[in-house]
Amino acid sequence: MSFFSDVQKVLRENIREYGMFIALFVIMAIFTFTTDGIFISSRNISNLLNQTGYIAVLAVGMTLVIVIRHIDLSVGFLAGFLGAVAAIALVFWKLPVIVVIPMVLAMGVVAGLITAFPVAQLKIPSFVASLAGWLIYRGLLLLATISTGTIVIPNKAFNDIGNGYIPDLPEMGFLPGLHKVTLLLGVLAIVFFIVSELNNRRNKLAYNFEVLPRNIFILKLVLVSALIGGITWVLAGYNGMSWTVVIMLVVLGIYNFVTTQTVLGRHIYAIGGNPEAAELSGINVKNLTYIVFASMGMLSALSGILFTSRLQSATTTAGTLFELDAIAAAYVGGVSAAGGVGKVMGSIIGALVMTSLTSGMNLMGMDISLQYVVRGAVLVFAVIFDVTTRSRGK
Amino acid sequence: MKPPILEMRNITKEFPGVKALNNVSFQVAEGEIHCLVGENGAGKSTLMKVLSGVYPYGEYSGEIYLNGQLQKFSGIRDSDRAGIAIIYQELALVPELTVYENIFLGNEIRKGIMVDWNETIKRASEVLKKVGLDVNPAAKIKELGVGKQQLVEIAKALSRDVRLLILDEPTSALNEDDSRNLLNLLRGLKKQGVTCILISHKLKEVIEIADTVTVLRDGKTICTLSAETDEISEFVLIKHMVGREIDNIYPPRSTKPSDEILLEVKDWSAYDPRLGRYVLKNVSFYVRKGEIVGFAGLMGSGRTELAKSLFGNPDGYHITGEITFKGERRRYTHPQSAIRSGMAYVTEDRKGNGLILIQDVKQNITLANLRKIAKRGVVNANAEIKVANEYKSSLNIKTPTVEQKVGNLSGGNQQKVSVAKWLFVKPDILILDEPTRGIDVGAKFEIYTIMTRLVQQGMSIIMISSELPEVLGMSDRVYILSAGRLTGELPIEEATQEKIMHLATN
Repeated sequence: MSFFSDVQKVLRENIREYGMFIALFVIMAIFTFTTDGIFISSRNISNLLNQTGYIAVLAVGMTLVIVIRHIDLSVGFLAGFLGAVAAIALVFWKLPVIVVIPMVLAMGVVAGLITAFPVAQLKIPSFVASLAGWLIYRGLLLLATISTGTIVIPNKAFNDIGNGYIPDLPEMGFLPGLHKVTLLLGVLAIVFFIVSELNNRRNKLAYNFEVLPRNIFILKLVLVSALIGGITWVLAGYNGMSWTVVIMLVVLGIYNFVTTQTVLGRHIYAIGGNPEAAELSGINVKNLTYIVFASMGMLSALSGILFTSRLQSATTTAGTLFELDAIAAAYVGGVSAAGGVGKVMGSIIGALVMTSLTSGMNLMGMDISLQYVVRGAVLVFAVIFDVTTRSRGK
Repeated sequence: MKPPILEMRNITKEFPGVKALNNVSFQVAEGEIHCLVGENGAGKSTLMKVLSGVYPYGEYSGEIYLNGQLQKFSGIRDSDRAGIAIIYQELALVPELTVYENIFLGNEIRKGIMVDWNETIKRASEVLKKVGLDVNPAAKIKELGVGKQQLVEIAKALSRDVRLLILDEPTSALNEDDSRNLLNLLRGLKKQGVTCILISHKLKEVIEIADTVTVLRDGKTICTLSAETDEISEFVLIKHMVGREIDNIYPPRSTKPSDEILLEVKDWSAYDPRLGRYVLKNVSFYVRKGEIVGFAGLMGSGRTELAKSLFGNPDGYHITGEITFKGERRRYTHPQSAIRSGMAYVTEDRKGNGLILIQDVKQNITLANLRKIAKRGVVNANAEIKVANEYKSSLNIKTPTVEQKVGNLSGGNQQKVSVAKWLFVKPDILILDEPTRGIDVGAKFEIYTIMTRLVQQGMSIIMISSELPEVLGMSDRVYILSAGRLTGELPIEEATQEKIMHLATN
């Protein structure tokens, strides 16, 4: 039975990596059961992903901030404020969407740099610096919406970002009721995944490096392909892939690439692992602090755009507690509070876990007060799991 | 022989995949100073952790008898109550608390539900006198030097009626003077009837102070030598520790330094705004190509400050002076610019600011020169493994794979990873700050061999060291610093330990 012992070994060694996925599956399975399958319906999953969007992009940025041993509390109201700015620009200044989005993203970058200044230059704890930002952006959000209250956005292109779906081919008689472009993208993703994994393996073998045993490798290919295929199938059963999911995937793709493959990413993790050692190794800690906070600011702007567009309006309370949801998602996703450890993919999964809980409990008709308790318990459990598996790994 | 106060019988302790202790037996007689020596990874610390209850009864096999009674410690509290105190290499004092608060931390003297501070201060003063430490008990720990902190630790142990005092590498962070004080104190305590187990890498100390020496190697007891009946010499100890004979620990060199001057530093002064004083004042020196230049001096003499201020000044000193490196005047504003011009700096404190313990061997090795294995900002993961494996074999880094976390390696292997990291930047000059601190004889010899190989290949090395035999054994020339000033330069032929100490205390 060497196959099973291989599987066991790989699982045991990578329990931290796969733990999050397993947890997500378990949660989804439980809710599917308790809601008689409503949870797993195409419509619900599609909604769930769209609801995750604005927290997920924040969680991605927060991952890097926490990895370099900082925190950014200002991101929630910054997202709310920049969302309001976008609304004002569209409604009152009559600027086109194509101008508004880059403008708001750029403002996010600037806001991130401003938060970073006291942190990087003056060594002020980021908790304090970003708490000041939290207050300031909250005030600015109220100021921006003071005369009008809620600003309703009548712009379809903008509102589609949070509510629209990618276009489909015209109905041609086959696969009725399914979104064909989504299916096609899913197939392409599977092909891309398999080809790149095979390439990678061939490369490693050429260098005589250790690779997964052949049967485990095939199992991995099958499982991941099935996962991608499954999600695609579910999404195609409703309206197909939403623009929010597209944006999430693009952000995930870019950040995953930067953090795992590039010099920049490696330097960020080095700073988190040991800032002094990183500095003495020629890494400019100050500059990288600016970069990480700037990226956080930009993603806050993106989150603000997604949320405002989803509501089709800017409200006076937009962004409230987003920062804590993002931080919780990152911790659930395996980011270490001590710095230096954590993956972008994990944080996205963490965000999905948290929204799945909300969505599932809502479907069950569970009282909101209990929902908070359950989410808190899951957060603690996830962190305990993370800490214990890590200390055992030593 | 006096009756044993402690007897550990057939102790075996296994970690997943390794037998850290294999049937070790260990006896300590009442009132003696018993030294425990062995290479890193020989099992000394594990044995002491078993004794102090860090690994509770049941996690190891074998028996511990204290005064003839079987002990089953389930934690440090139990061993503490039985009169065993252990003082670790890394001090366990709270820097922001006062000396007396630290001494009675966890053992507060109470009056009702309140702490009796007056009694605490009085008793603290008494134990401080016992260890011969003349400080104000109300001083904060962070205001004391390492040597004095060490004494406070011992005072803390004495305040609890300790019967068995265990010291793990107590002098590794101390200068010669403080080490001497500490050894004298141990002799004094012996007269008062305190039994002492001392773990040390400094064999000279061991020979000087030990009544009995036990040598461990690969988790086994190799031998127990008594100062009265056996010959205890460095040669004998090393032979038992490494299992083979190393007659000359400093490898011979086949090349001489060239006449070409690689680095010249003139009138170098550094002012530390946080301390509000100069840490270096008008230091001038040069290094030739293919030369090992030793920097000796006591703790706080400014050696590390010199290295750091040259190496891009990450601590933000206000600097005046000139650097000429490879024939050009240089101004470094960040370690990055120093590295790119061909300097490398292996720090004194591997764990503190040298390595990233939570990352693996390969990531640490490539960190300072990632660009070399990257194309347009994208790291080539396979090239990285290849580079790491090359250093793993050329420096003989003992690790199962280069994907092992550096925190899991022994001190000597961590040091080799540090060196590998800086060799990968292909420097012209390598600054080594305490290159062999806290590593065992075998690994020391390997580090010396690597250094020799590098200078033979034309690299220059600045070696900062507190171990005078090493300075004398490896250097071509020695500079001596004292209180931030250069007090002397000696060619190796004229240098002796006495001369260096004289200049260092100048």
